[in-house]
Amino acid sequence: MQGAAWHDARVTQTQSDYRLSQLDQLEAESIHIFREVAAEFEKPVLMFSGGKDSIVMLRLAEKAFYPAKIPFSILQVDTGLDFPEVMETRDRWVARLGVNLVVASIDDAIKNGIIPDAAKISRNRLQIPTLLNAIEENGFTAAFGGGRRDEEKARAKERVYSHRDEFGQWDPKNQRPELWSLYNGRLHEGEHMRIFPISNWTELDVWDYIGREGIEIPDIYFSHQRRVFERDGMLMSETPLNPLRDGEVVSERTVRFRTCGDITLTGCVESTASTIDEIIDEVAVARKTERGATRGDDRFSEAAMEDRKKEGYF
Amino acid sequence: MATTDMDLLRFATAGSVDDGKSTLIGRLLLDSKAIFEDQLEAVEATSVSKGYDYTDLALLTDGLRSEREQGITIDVAYRYFATPSRKFIIADTPGHVQYTRNMVTGASTADLGLVLVDARQGLTEQSRRHAVILSLLRVPHLVLAVNKMDLVDFDQEVFDKIHREFTQFATKLNVPDLEVIPISALQGDNVVNRSEHMPWYSGPTLMHHLEHVHVASDRDLIDARFPVQFVVRPKSDEFHDYRGYAGQVAGGILKPGDEIVVLPSGMTSKISKIDLFDKEITEAFPPMSVTVHLEDDVDVSRGDMIARVNNAPTPSQDIDAMVCWMTNTPLQPRQKLAIKHTTRTGRALVKDIAYRLDVNTLHRDQETKELGVNEIGRVTLRTTVPLLVDPYSKNRTTGSFILIDEATGVTVGAGMING
Repeated sequence: MQGAAWHDARVTQTQSDYRLSQLDQLEAESIHIFREVAAEFEKPVLMFSGGKDSIVMLRLAEKAFYPAKIPFSILQVDTGLDFPEVMETRDRWVARLGVNLVVASIDDAIKNGIIPDAAKISRNRLQIPTLLNAIEENGFTAAFGGGRRDEEKARAKERVYSHRDEFGQWDPKNQRPELWSLYNGRLHEGEHMRIFPISNWTELDVWDYIGREGIEIPDIYFSHQRRVFERDGMLMSETPLNPLRDGEVVSERTVRFRTCGDITLTGCVESTASTIDEIIDEVAVARKTERGATRGDDRFSEAAMEDRKKEGYF
Repeated sequence: MATTDMDLLRFATAGSVDDGKSTLIGRLLLDSKAIFEDQLEAVEATSVSKGYDYTDLALLTDGLRSEREQGITIDVAYRYFATPSRKFIIADTPGHVQYTRNMVTGASTADLGLVLVDARQGLTEQSRRHAVILSLLRVPHLVLAVNKMDLVDFDQEVFDKIHREFTQFATKLNVPDLEVIPISALQGDNVVNRSEHMPWYSGPTLMHHLEHVHVASDRDLIDARFPVQFVVRPKSDEFHDYRGYAGQVAGGILKPGDEIVVLPSGMTSKISKIDLFDKEITEAFPPMSVTVHLEDDVDVSRGDMIARVNNAPTPSQDIDAMVCWMTNTPLQPRQKLAIKHTTRTGRALVKDIAYRLDVNTLHRDQETKELGVNEIGRVTLRTTVPLLVDPYSKNRTTGSFILIDEATGVTVGAGMING
C-alpha cells in the first residue's frame, strides 16, 4: 500500500539529518494539540463533517493516542442534506476506530422545538443552533474543528484555541493572545473552546497527507459521472432535496467535489482527477479557493464567514 | 511537486501600511501564486466600491470587518505560500506600538523576522522597536527590507546609510543573523526577481533569502528535553501492559537506552523504546510528537519532564524573566496569576518588577513599579510548583511561559526566562 511505503521512507530519511519535512512538522504540531486538549479538558468532542479535513483530523487523533482508543466522542450535525457517500465513509471510520458517535440532527432539533422550522433559513444556518444545543446538552467543553487558516480571511485570524462565550459566540476583536505552543484552555461555566488542530495546513497539505497515509475519503472527491445542473455559476447535484428552478437543465457531466457540505449548497467542478495524485496536480494549479468555487454559503458577502463564526459556526 | 518533503519557514512581518508591508506580502503571495482568483476578485470589487483607483492588497490581509473599516491591521493574521523547496507561514503583525502584544505573539513562533523601512524615512522609532522585539523573542534570523527604493532613485547612498545605521543599532541586540535588502515591493525589485535598477547590490533577493536561509541548526539538538503531555494507557487486552509517555520533543535527541531522569521527582531510568504511531523509531528529535517508554515502572505524569541524567534543567520556584504584559490592568508586585510552562501549570506571585524596558530606546526604567499593556519588563516570580526551566536564550520551548488571569481566564502575559 502506498501509504505504508511513504511511512517507511520517512523514518529513514529524517534520521540521517535530524530534519522533519514540513508535513511531518504540521503533523507533530497537530498531534501536540490533540494531546493538550485531551489532557486539559474535561469533555472534548471532535466535530466531524465527513469531509476530507475532518477525516485528516480523525487520522491525527488516531495517531496521537495510539494504541489507546481516541479518548473522546465524535459529533456530527446531520443536516438531512448530507451526501450518502459521505455518511458511508463516516460509518466505516467510526467502526474501524471504535469511537463513540453522537449525531445532532436538525430535523430532531426542529421536532423538539429547539430551533424554529423556518423554510427560509438555509440548513447551513440551522446547523449553528443545532450544534450549540448539542454542545450544551452533552456538556462538551472543547470541540475540535477542521478549519484551516488558508480557507478564508476571517479564519486567518483565528486562534488554535478559539474561545466561545456562554452563547457560543466568537469575539474576533477580543481573542486571547496565543504564544509559542502554550495553549490556554481556561473556561468559565457554560463556555467552551473550539480547537483547530490543522490551522496551519493548506488544502494541498491535506491532500498530500491523505495520499501519504493512504486513508479512505468519500468517493465524491474523485472524478465520477453525475447528473448536474448549473445554479449561480456552480454545478449542483440533481437530487429531490434540491428542486430545479425555472430554466435549469440537468445534464450528465464528469465531475468531482472539492468540499463536502450540504448537498443543496455544495457545487462540484468538472474534473477527470480520479486518483489522489491527479487531485494534487489539480489543486496545485487551481485558481479559485475551494470555498469560493463551490460553496454557496460563503458567497453571500465578504464577511459571510466572519458573521457565521461569531454566531457559533465551526 | 509534493509538499511531503518540503522544508518549513515561519516568518513574522512587522511594519505599517505606510511602509508597504501589505504590498510586499501581496506581492509574495501573488508571485508564488498563493492568491486565488476569487480572493483577488473580492479585493478588486471592494477597492472599486471604496473609490480607490488601485487594488488595495491590504484588503487581502486585513481579515476582520473592523480592520477593513478602519484600514488598519489589528490582529495577527497567518498567510501561507510555497515555492518548490519551502512552505512559508507568515505571521502578519501590526506595527503600531499599541499592538506590541500582537507582534510578540507573531514573533514567538517565528524562525525569521522581517522588518520593513521606508527608504525615504530611514530608520524610525517603529523600525527600531520591531527589531528590539524580534531580538527579545530570540527570532534567530532578521531581515531589514529597505522598501520604496524606487522613490529614492535606487540610490546606493540612501541604502548604505540605513544599512550602516541599522547594523550599528543591531550590535546592542541579540541578532545572530542579519540581512539588509534594498527592495521596491510595488515594482517588484529584489522581491522575487533581481532588480535591474540596483546593479550595485550583489546580495540575495528577498525570496532567495527566504528560500535558502538555514534554519535547521537553530534547534537545540544537544540538551534532551521531553515534557510529558499525556500518559497513554490503552487498557485493552491486546496492549494490556502498555504505558507510554506522549509528548513533543522540546530539545536534544532521545534514543532507546538513554539514561534519563524524570523531573521534578529525580527518579532515574532508561528509555526502553520510542513509538511514532505504530512504529518503533531509533531516535526522536524536535519537534517530533512521540511516545516514550521507560524500563522501570517509575511514577511519571503530565507536567513532568524527561531529561538526561547529566544534563537536566534545575527545578526552580523562583523565576527571573522578561515579561510582555498584554492586558489593560497593569501588572504589579504582589499580584497572583496562573502560570503555564511547557505542560506544567501552577500559580505565580509577582515578587518584583526590576525595570521596564523602553523598547524604542532600550533604556531601563527602574522607577516604574508596574507594567502597562504592551510594555515589557524584567520581573521576578515565585511559583507554587517548581518549574523545569532553561534560559529562553537556550531553548524557546522550555524557556517560555504564559501568565493567565485567574478571574477572567485570559492570557495576560508572556514570559522569557533569563539566565
